[in-house]
Amino acid sequence: MMKGLKKWRLFGLLAALTIFLSGCGEEYLSTLTPAGQVGKDQYNLLLLSTAIMTFVIIVVVIIYVLAIVKFRRKKVGENTIPKQVEGSHTLEIIWTAIPIVLLLILAVPTVSLTYKFADTKAMEAKDADGNAKAVTVNVTAKLYWWEFEYPEQGIVTSQELVVPTGQKVYFNLKAADVKHSFWIPAIGGKMDTNVDNINKFYLTFDKESDGLKDGVFYGKCAELCGPSHALMDFKVKTLSQDNFNNWVDNMQATKGKKADKNSTDLGEQVFANSCISCHAVSGEGTGGGVAPNLAAFGDRNRVAGFLEHSEDGIKNWIKNSQELKPGNIMPEEKALNNGKEFTDEELDALAAYLMGLSVEK
Amino acid sequence: MSSTAKKKGFGATIWDYLTTVDHKKIAILYLIAGTFFFVVGGIEAMLIRIQLAKPDNDFVSAGLFNEIITMHGTTMIFLAAMPLLFAFMNAAVPLQIGARDVAFPFLNSLGFWLFLFGGIFLNLSWFLGGAPDAGWTSYASLSLASPGHGIDFYALGLQISGAGTLIAGINFLVTIINMRAPGMTYMRMPLFTWTTFVASALILFAFPPLTVGLFFMIFDRMFDANFFDHINGGNTVIWEHLFWIFGHPEVYILVLPAFGLFSEIFATFARKRLFGYSSMVFATILIGFLGFMVWAHHMFTVGLGPTANAIFAVATMAIAVPTGMKVFNWLLTIWGGNIKVTTPMLYALGFIPSFVAGGVTGVMQASAPLDYQLHDSYFIVAHFHYVIVGGIVLALFASAHYYWPLMFNQMLNETLGKITFVFFFIGFHCTFFVQHFLGLMGMPRRVFTFMGGQGWDQFNLISTVGAFLMAIGVILLVVNVIITAIKNEPAGRDPWKDGRTLEWAIPQPVPYYNFKQTPLVRGLDTFWIEKMEGNKEGMTYAEPISDIHMPNNSFIPFMISLGLFVAAFGALYHQDTDKTWSIPVLIIGLAITFASMITRSLKDDLGYHIHKEELMNEKGGKH
Amino acid sequence: MDLNKKFTPQSWPAHPENSTLEGKNKTLGFWIFLGGETVLFATLFATFLALKNKGPAGMEFSTQSLFELPLAFIMTMLLLTSSLTSVYAMYHMKNYNFKAMQAWLIVTVLLGLGFLGLEIYEFYHYVHLGFTFTQSAFGSSFYTLVGTHGLHVIIGLAWFILLMLRNSKRGLNLYNAPKYYLASLYWHFIDVVWVFIFTVVYLMGVLG
Repeated sequence: MMKGLKKWRLFGLLAALTIFLSGCGEEYLSTLTPAGQVGKDQYNLLLLSTAIMTFVIIVVVIIYVLAIVKFRRKKVGENTIPKQVEGSHTLEIIWTAIPIVLLLILAVPTVSLTYKFADTKAMEAKDADGNAKAVTVNVTAKLYWWEFEYPEQGIVTSQELVVPTGQKVYFNLKAADVKHSFWIPAIGGKMDTNVDNINKFYLTFDKESDGLKDGVFYGKCAELCGPSHALMDFKVKTLSQDNFNNWVDNMQATKGKKADKNSTDLGEQVFANSCISCHAVSGEGTGGGVAPNLAAFGDRNRVAGFLEHSEDGIKNWIKNSQELKPGNIMPEEKALNNGKEFTDEELDALAAYLMGLSVEK
Repeated sequence: MSSTAKKKGFGATIWDYLTTVDHKKIAILYLIAGTFFFVVGGIEAMLIRIQLAKPDNDFVSAGLFNEIITMHGTTMIFLAAMPLLFAFMNAAVPLQIGARDVAFPFLNSLGFWLFLFGGIFLNLSWFLGGAPDAGWTSYASLSLASPGHGIDFYALGLQISGAGTLIAGINFLVTIINMRAPGMTYMRMPLFTWTTFVASALILFAFPPLTVGLFFMIFDRMFDANFFDHINGGNTVIWEHLFWIFGHPEVYILVLPAFGLFSEIFATFARKRLFGYSSMVFATILIGFLGFMVWAHHMFTVGLGPTANAIFAVATMAIAVPTGMKVFNWLLTIWGGNIKVTTPMLYALGFIPSFVAGGVTGVMQASAPLDYQLHDSYFIVAHFHYVIVGGIVLALFASAHYYWPLMFNQMLNETLGKITFVFFFIGFHCTFFVQHFLGLMGMPRRVFTFMGGQGWDQFNLISTVGAFLMAIGVILLVVNVIITAIKNEPAGRDPWKDGRTLEWAIPQPVPYYNFKQTPLVRGLDTFWIEKMEGNKEGMTYAEPISDIHMPNNSFIPFMISLGLFVAAFGALYHQDTDKTWSIPVLIIGLAITFASMITRSLKDDLGYHIHKEELMNEKGGKH
Repeated sequence: MDLNKKFTPQSWPAHPENSTLEGKNKTLGFWIFLGGETVLFATLFATFLALKNKGPAGMEFSTQSLFELPLAFIMTMLLLTSSLTSVYAMYHMKNYNFKAMQAWLIVTVLLGLGFLGLEIYEFYHYVHLGFTFTQSAFGSSFYTLVGTHGLHVIIGLAWFILLMLRNSKRGLNLYNAPKYYLASLYWHFIDVVWVFIFTVVYLMGVLG
């Protein structure tokens, strides 16, 4: 009796958890709150497969519980020898056939969606002027940051992907050093970035990210890539078509922007002396940078992908980058500044300068 | 712990175990070594869960965390689960088929020592500059980029222990084909023997690709080859294929024997013949076969293209059919039976819902488009722990209780056993159930920390609490073993009273030559048949008492393994220019190995005979 | 088993390799082992096919530019002939003719050494051209596949030589007959693998 109670208690706990969980997960991160067609299709497949599998579990549990309740030795008798049944062909056929049918039900959408998600032919489609019809982003994963190049628009950004809503956005995925994996859980499934070849796939973004808690969707690296794998986050800003066009124009307008060593702004001077050799401040150009492009840094949501986006966050990062994100290639503070630490004044000015690098304000 | 061992001094006992070729003693060696590594892997698991108990935790550093997860996975699969299964295979299979030993007693010993030295070599990395840190899958681009010698320890250690596994697999294949007692036809073999047979065949075909992959890794890292270096024409995806062509059958190498063990336990404690024996055999073979056709379902997101993904998705789903057959056959075995809930049976009953839960999440991930979301998230972590812990570890714990009297002539304490089960079982579900949801909520696997405010805090804490409950369960099991050893009460023959197969018919403690007279097998569950017919001896004999041929003990297996162990250090430090001793060490190690092999080859080893007269005088020597 | 038991060609069993339980186990075990070896070579072949002619940008080496069929053909002939002579040796083993068996095995070993010599020359030649193990993925996969086979040849030769030396004084018995049989089985396996190497690496490399 006690045992039975314990089992029920456990079962009750699990049931309560399940209910509690059903509405759970954060809107900007959870696969259970899909905000794009790919993610929605996958979510529906999740529901279908869960329904089938729950059916299987229920059948098993019913037979299992009945068997344990009915055929315990206490009930059957200490010395009873049960009939030594060999088996049953009918039953074998039933429990072979029914699972096959259930699996076929699951297999049909599986195969059709597999082909649907892999269909990237429209990437190549050009309009009358020879411009690509669809938005394509070249994603390069690096230790431990993300570069997003828009080849058609001639712009490049990093750490924060900006995309238009309501259309298929195509991705060319590649890794520059070791293998990573590109995943925006709330939008759709992941695809690996290999070192050997370029992978292509698409996602659609149905919802503008403006209303979300941080104003962005969260993206993750899903393949172990070294010590700071857990910190290799990126963010996704989804904009209406008009806003996206504006953003592209503003990015293109940063063409030729440079930090000037002789600037009156101390922050810009420091940047020009210590940072410019790796970090660009113009968003116009192509990918392949050694360090994240900072043209739109002020518009971003995080420093280094995971730290609080504030002047304090920047200063903390510059002072402790190796400790905060082990294995990244940002040099130590002293290596940046001719063997000296930055003065507080310089750091404040640099942080202010970086926060001012914006194309949206 | 056999009666002969007790008469010897401590040193003599140690020497006896170092040189033994007796499958029963090798079983004990596997059990001790496997348990040791299981505890090591368990401690690593606890460190992982402590680190992830709360957001932004700094209990362990990022790099160390990656070493811990790598060693946790590698240790648990290669150094704990497989050896523990080999322990039970060695203890039970020869007895189940009525054999005096395995086909190659010498190789049996060699297999064990290779595994042990490989395992020790791998774990020495902790003290020699850091453990491997690229995950147990050790994907090529990351493992080539990994600094230090961690990955070298991984590749060389697994190479050595893998050779041991391959040898053990061949040995069981030959044993089961050639050494069966008269009347023990294939379709009368107990299911554990059958699953051992199929798992051994899987070892035979699955380990060579791993061997080759590891050699490529060794060559790339230590000898400047270019298999995985894409700049010089290599390709990292080759590693992924090779690893999973091995890795997926490996899952079945582990889980099939677990199925076999549970089949024995269900039949015994339901006091009923295994339902649908022939379809169980068929399902075992089918699972083994399909196990080789599905490796790329681990690589759905690699970009193999929709056709490959669709084919592998459907093939993977197909495996659910024979597995489902097995589950229903177990249910129908206990249905209409006379169920006694002993500790092993309690584990077996706990196994069914746990494993079904693990199985259905497997089918969900077989659906490639859905797997794009689930892959490399905590969902997969939950899934494979449901299969491995809910299937294999429960089987190992169940069999520890079930076969303890066979191996040591002692019974583990039943009450304590049941308490152990409650802690472990509740802890297990508590740890891993919530991880499904963590994965669905966007948490990637193998992260050393996570930031707060992403909705993951609570479930990670629940998971850590569960891990502690599991740890309490394991500690209780160890306590149980110690108490039982101190009490030292003989359990006698057929201690569960409901034994059905030959291993329970043999007198306890099991004589070192096993069967005085080779038994004649008259059907499936031969011991049960004899019991039902009132045969007090439990066996019909196929021959009169006559001389028994026995193999000699040998120290050579230890030396062969030691040589490779030494040579591995030479290969490992070959790249360090400051270590000029590396090449001599490599040569010395290989010389030890080859010299031992040549000694073995040149020295005639014909074994010895136990004479008829001696056998008649042995205790219990009824005629 | 009694090593001193004397046999005559009449009392010698028809299948000496299978006439004891140990012999039976060894024969079966060895066949199974060769099953594993087959998978090992299959994996090496697959890797070679995936990486053949792959190397750093602008690599000058290719299967067409490197391989010479006449040399590979001579090697093939040597190894095939050695397989045949080992068949003769086993024929005499089954007829309990120890001297003839040893003699044919010596021929087998000499042919095997000839093969090995040519292979060493071939490798030396390629290395001289700059096509080395570390030069490209092609090089790594080529030397690993063909070199693993070469290693098997060395092991097979060492096995034959050890057996012949160890048993030269005491002749055939039921303890060493299975060993001879398995060594020659191994030699056939090595030969079969070479036929695949000749086809896949050399023929398909030069003509395909």
